[in-house]
Amino acid sequence: MKRFWKLLLRNPGGLIGSIILLAAIAVALFGPIVFPNSPWRMVQRPFLPPFTISALPLGTDALGRDVFAGIIYGARVSLLVGLVSTLAALAVGIPVGALAGYFGGRIGDALMRFTEFFQTVPSFALAIVLVAIMQPSIVSIVLAIAIVSWPPVARLVRGEVLSLRTREYVQAAIVTGQSHRWIIWREILPNALSPVIVLASLMVATAILLESSLSFLGLGDPNLMSWGYMVGAGRTVIRQAWWITVFPGIAILVSVLALNLIGEGLNDALNPRLNKEGR
Amino acid sequence: MLAFIAQRIMKAIVVLLAIVVLNFFLIRLAPGDPAVVMAGEAGASDQLFVAQLREKFGLDQPLPVQLYRYVKGIATLDLGFSFRQQAPVSQLILERLPATLLLTGTAFAISLLSGVLFGILAARRAGTWADTAITILALIFYATPLFWVALMAILLFSVTMDWLPSFGYETVGANYTGFAHVLDVGAHLILPAMTIGLFFMATYTRMTRASMLEVKRLDFVKTARAKGLRDAVIQRRHVLRNALLPVVTLAGLQAGTLVGGAVLTETVFAWPGIGRLMYEALLQRDYNLLLGVFVVCSAMVLAFNLITDLIYRSVDPRIEFAA
Repeated sequence: MKRFWKLLLRNPGGLIGSIILLAAIAVALFGPIVFPNSPWRMVQRPFLPPFTISALPLGTDALGRDVFAGIIYGARVSLLVGLVSTLAALAVGIPVGALAGYFGGRIGDALMRFTEFFQTVPSFALAIVLVAIMQPSIVSIVLAIAIVSWPPVARLVRGEVLSLRTREYVQAAIVTGQSHRWIIWREILPNALSPVIVLASLMVATAILLESSLSFLGLGDPNLMSWGYMVGAGRTVIRQAWWITVFPGIAILVSVLALNLIGEGLNDALNPRLNKEGR
Repeated sequence: MLAFIAQRIMKAIVVLLAIVVLNFFLIRLAPGDPAVVMAGEAGASDQLFVAQLREKFGLDQPLPVQLYRYVKGIATLDLGFSFRQQAPVSQLILERLPATLLLTGTAFAISLLSGVLFGILAARRAGTWADTAITILALIFYATPLFWVALMAILLFSVTMDWLPSFGYETVGANYTGFAHVLDVGAHLILPAMTIGLFFMATYTRMTRASMLEVKRLDFVKTARAKGLRDAVIQRRHVLRNALLPVVTLAGLQAGTLVGGAVLTETVFAWPGIGRLMYEALLQRDYNLLLGVFVVCSAMVLAFNLITDLIYRSVDPRIEFAA
């Protein structure tokens, strides 16, 4: 594990990404404590340009709400949704992929057809439909993102399990009469973990993009300030007040970029055979 | 080959059927009794009218019968009725479809062409400043939310520089005809197409670069070099052709993402396509229309996947079609 972090942090992209992500997590955890202004409260006149009042560095929006406070509180929603929906997608994708790969045959075929079906359906459109039907809330958003993002996990895990189950140590476990559950959980999955970790870090990035896109379309949780909502709300007044849309967008871009960099850094660290070329 | 095509079409039809069934249950999950909602949308809510509606739309029938009717309806392109817009859903979608096809088609062509070109450039100059610049830019565009790119494009090219129109399909009231009309639509098309294109360009650039570098190391490339082939020939005929395979696969898989991109971009640019229609249905909570658009989008993605499958064959004749 220690070596693993060392490898990630030696990769320049991985290092930059990790620093940005840690900063974002700190903002999400402690920002609202240090900065207790509610992002929904009117604090100044509407359309206050940025950098005019030091207490409101990023200005105010069309309702006189603090843009900076919105970005700080929005970090919570983005990171939380990104993380929880990815965990939920893993909770579906890993068992489906493991069962399909381990047992194969009819069960495996059926599970993979099911997976392919969800992979074919246009994911963002399905997420929109799901959230609209379940009514926008943080739970429905997490569920919708998980439902549209688990198939790649299942496919990846299936592939890994397929190749691992022919290994000698797994065959040995079968011969010694271990239960299927033990073999899958204790023998196979731990060895299939590294590509899943890489995929998961990229999935968090995609989930953040999805959440912000849903919120932008007005499908965000109405009780929580989010970056996508801010961009959506500022969209109609972009000609008068560019800062309302520009800053939250940068926040999304930077967080997603950080996670992608970490994903690539992890990929280089965990699959050292690849990516040697071109350096 | 014919058997293969037939098989693929059959498979696509099965998937489409599954999507239709999913859709049917999603409509049933939508909040509110459909008949009451319909009555409310039509502006009346007395019991008699609700009962009539229930009978007219077969909502008093058992679920399997309803499902059968729904599937049969879709097979004849009947996607239900939008009470908010007072028109059949299929008619609303057909009116908007050409604009979306124009937009996504243009965006797809731009992104694939430029993405592959930039990817080749980066791979051939691997390690130089050009490669670094392309790689970093692709990384950034890949992480940028589409709706925000759209807004920044408007801010830059419409508000600040006043070069291009920021919304719509054509200049309202200008009534251009012939070539002037084409130019007008083209000017309106540039920003939305570039918005979608940028994200996909980033994806294809990254994929092409990675794939070219990987293929370049393979033994058959060394063989080709040992045979004394010229570098240009090796790059074009051996490396590029093989490197493009994963790019084609990716392009096929991304049809769904393209649809999602169309929803966001058409919303921002008020482009009169089905993405915008989906947004309108969303605002009005018009579930019939929303799910109708969803079915059509899914069908488009399936068709697109089918086409990429066939293209794949022509790019890589080694592939066997056991399906």
